Amino acid sequence: MLKQVNLTPLLLGRLTWDAIPFHEQPILLGTFIAVALGGILILATITYFRFWGELWRDWITSVDHKKIGIMYIILGLVMLLRGFSDALMMRAQQALSFGHSMGFLPPHHYDQIFTAHGVIMIFFVAMPLVTGLMNFVVPLQIGARDVAFPFLNNFSFWMTTFGAVLVMMSLFVGEFARTGWLAYPPLSGLAFSPDEGVDYYIWSLQIAGIGTLLSGINLIATIVKMRAPGMTLMKMPVFTWTALCTNVLIVAAFPVLTAVLALLSLDRYAGTNFFTNNLGGNAMMYVNLIWIWGHPEVYILILPAFGVFSEVVSTFSGKRLFGYASMVYATVVITILSYLVWLHHFFTMGSGSSVNSFFGITTMIISIPTGAKIFNWLFTMYHGRIRFELPMMWTIGFMFTFTIGGMTGVLLAVPPADFVLHNSLFLIAHFHNVIIGGVLFGAFAGVSYWFPKAVGFKLDPFWGKCSFWFWISGFWFAFAPLYVLGLMGVTRRMSHFDDPSLRIWFEIAAFGAGLIFLGILSFIVQLVVSFKRRESLRDTTGDPWDGRTLEWSTSSPPPVYNFAFTPIVHDNDTWADMKRNNYIRPQTGFIAIHMPKNTGAGFVIAALSAVFGFAMIWHMWPAAIVSLAAVLAAVIVHTFNYDRDYHLAANDVLRVEDVRTHGLASHV
Amino acid sequence: MMCCASKMFALTGWPAMSDLSAHPVSEPRFYSTREHHPENGTLLGFWLYLMSDCLIFACLFAVYAVLGRNYADGPAGAQIFDLSTVAVNTSLLLLSSITYGFAMLHMQRGRSRLTLLWLGVTGLLGAGFIFFELREFAHLFAEGAGPQRSAFLSSFFALVGTHGLHVTFGIVWLVTLMVQIRKHGLIAENQRRLMCLSMFWHFLDVVWIGVFSVVYLMGVLS
Amino acid sequence: MNAHSEHGSHGAHDAAHTGSLKDYLIGFVLAVILTAVPFWLVMGKRVDSSSIAAAVILGFAGVQTVVHMVYFLHMNTKSEGGWTLLALLFTTMLLVITLSGSIWVMYHMNHNMMPASMHGMHGMHDMRNMP
Repeated sequence: MLKQVNLTPLLLGRLTWDAIPFHEQPILLGTFIAVALGGILILATITYFRFWGELWRDWITSVDHKKIGIMYIILGLVMLLRGFSDALMMRAQQALSFGHSMGFLPPHHYDQIFTAHGVIMIFFVAMPLVTGLMNFVVPLQIGARDVAFPFLNNFSFWMTTFGAVLVMMSLFVGEFARTGWLAYPPLSGLAFSPDEGVDYYIWSLQIAGIGTLLSGINLIATIVKMRAPGMTLMKMPVFTWTALCTNVLIVAAFPVLTAVLALLSLDRYAGTNFFTNNLGGNAMMYVNLIWIWGHPEVYILILPAFGVFSEVVSTFSGKRLFGYASMVYATVVITILSYLVWLHHFFTMGSGSSVNSFFGITTMIISIPTGAKIFNWLFTMYHGRIRFELPMMWTIGFMFTFTIGGMTGVLLAVPPADFVLHNSLFLIAHFHNVIIGGVLFGAFAGVSYWFPKAVGFKLDPFWGKCSFWFWISGFWFAFAPLYVLGLMGVTRRMSHFDDPSLRIWFEIAAFGAGLIFLGILSFIVQLVVSFKRRESLRDTTGDPWDGRTLEWSTSSPPPVYNFAFTPIVHDNDTWADMKRNNYIRPQTGFIAIHMPKNTGAGFVIAALSAVFGFAMIWHMWPAAIVSLAAVLAAVIVHTFNYDRDYHLAANDVLRVEDVRTHGLASHV
Repeated sequence: MMCCASKMFALTGWPAMSDLSAHPVSEPRFYSTREHHPENGTLLGFWLYLMSDCLIFACLFAVYAVLGRNYADGPAGAQIFDLSTVAVNTSLLLLSSITYGFAMLHMQRGRSRLTLLWLGVTGLLGAGFIFFELREFAHLFAEGAGPQRSAFLSSFFALVGTHGLHVTFGIVWLVTLMVQIRKHGLIAENQRRLMCLSMFWHFLDVVWIGVFSVVYLMGVLS
Repeated sequence: MNAHSEHGSHGAHDAAHTGSLKDYLIGFVLAVILTAVPFWLVMGKRVDSSSIAAAVILGFAGVQTVVHMVYFLHMNTKSEGGWTLLALLFTTMLLVITLSGSIWVMYHMNHNMMPASMHGMHGMHDMRNMP
């Protein structure tokens, strides 16, 4: 009996029943019940439709970039719901909590909400959305069958997902970090955050970070090595160019995040002194390093969005993109310059005027190539035949919204101005302006643009337009007041205010959040309505928008092998070139196609990594050792599998292509 | 008849009759009817991974550069570094680089037994490196100069320890590859893996150049 | 089916990734010399000024890195169509930015913000002695 008593802390670490919020806030309990019920419902539905086999065979173990891309988008959109719930709670709290009223969220809880909001939105909404778009589109645009490393692609997805799972677990088992999304020490160090919150943060990001890094390597190798014959670099679609530069940024920046979080972990687990207040530690070094990662990160988010807009503007203006070469150069310049501006995130930390001036100037310079891009888009639209389909609406919304956000960024780039505005609500308004107006609108444009290609039918335009108008009006109502408040001196991350004259601004902001909520609701309705009306929205030709790039030459959705014959490229806007030259699709003469096999190894290794992360978070040392060994063993076992591919017989290809032939013929 | 035929050719994307002399091959204009295998991306991909690993070390070097003189009234480099051990370690690692090179030369000639022999020697030299490094660490711990003592020591152990972890991982990989070569021979896939490990191994030697120069030699100087 | 696993294996015989015995031996000898000299200098305390010694050590390290790149890693402009070299140059640039940027920024931060400097007592309370 004594043995059992001693075993529990050894096996369970610091995990106890107290970690589960039975006694906590009604909000948490309510969320837990809702999630549990919802989860059971989903599991029951899958079981009822006997979908488990297909789910495992065709989706979980899939190494097909198209399926993986779709799964990334689903992950991003689901996590958007969680991240937005955090936003709604914050807006509500800040609209209510004045003077004697303390609102409904004590600071202890509020701090976790704004931390989780930031972490989730950046790492588990924005990153998956752009990664998903790049994953789905790039191989199709370059005329390839898949990415360079299909297994790694699957593994990357599951690592990202399990990182998200760990963050979600922090809602119900223990608590999350209360440090803000970048977890600055000394607050995030052991002395001031001894509990599991920062550890949840560290391990979910380290696990997801590995996925992202490998994905970066994958897409660079894909773009460098797997372009169709004739597609030189300067004949690639602009989205592929931005994808290349984004993934270069990923490979170059994420190691810094890995290293910095590892050092923070060492401080927390091994008692080292990198960022402590004593024994020689220097917390400012953390801030310095994390922003060396952090600034390229925001360019990782925005460059794919710029790529989407380039594709959308040229397609819906019916014109070749204006200034292709300058677009490419601008993207490359942004990639390089993004490494020279990081200090503008901490002008006020005390590096002095010479350092601040240097980084202030570089920050202003980096706005120039972005400006060049905007002019190129405008010149593309000029004298074009513009069609205001949903992707184009998001694009125009972006041009207006993002440009203003960019201008406030240039304002912040002036160090003396930043000394007033740093960490005020002005800053919050600025980065939401560029991230929502740029990244999110870009993701929505990309999703509505490529949705028919991925799924086979268009999205319902009416509900899409509702969503758009709710989002753009909601955004401005929610964040314009924050610019005003910031200029008045209001600080970020506050859960209570004393000055009642500020309240009206927060109420307007809350109203804006409500509009955005309607926007998200409209999007969900759009999905349901589109599915119900899918036959009338069916994309029969594979080219619903009169597109210009190679992905539109395939069926919707494309066959598993993408192209029965590898395309030969002669010009930019390859598909437009083919259509102009009366290209006729081959219907016979197909050959066997070499394809990679599905595998469960990626899912297994990622799941074991998540177990390891959980064990480390809760100091369950035996479990941590065993699960780490299991991860290594699983990796080694996987390397002994040499049977990774198969051949799709020519007859099977013919059968798939015949379906398309009949489909095209019957809808002429 | 001829003009219909040439129109048909134009419509299908085949080169026009008049072009056939200039393009004797019968490939259609917009697609290839032959099996197309893109170049294998493994070596480039692995090189890119190595570049990212290089940046992790860059961060650790940056941390060492910034915090490496914060002794917190504890021991400094000159007091705890034993350069003769470092010299031994450096020699072991450098030797292991050339023995790996010998393994690669034999791999190119398809001699799997000699490849395995030199791989084994490399692994043993690497293991020797780890042995001496662990001994050095144990000695430092015993003297009270562990990673918790000061930011300097934290940075030292992080940088040197990460390098050592990489070498250890490399040895595990090397042993795994030796088993796989015994099982499947020097097939193309195994050769690619050997080339990746080769890049990894030499890269670790490059990082060690930085370590012994910046940490040990310069540490003893100041 | 194994015949097809040979496809795409042209990289295995890419000239950039094969070395010759001569290359390895030259590289090894150079590396030994470039290692021995700095060790000899420091262990024998043969240079008075520590900043000159540091410069020499770093210089030799830089040269030896290049030796490793060329003779062991067979770095050249042809490998992978020039992408290998481009990646290396880009990484080197980032390494320089990260190192020099961090050192520059943190030097100023420490000078302006750390306790010893606050009281203008430069050199009196050296950071190295703060417990």
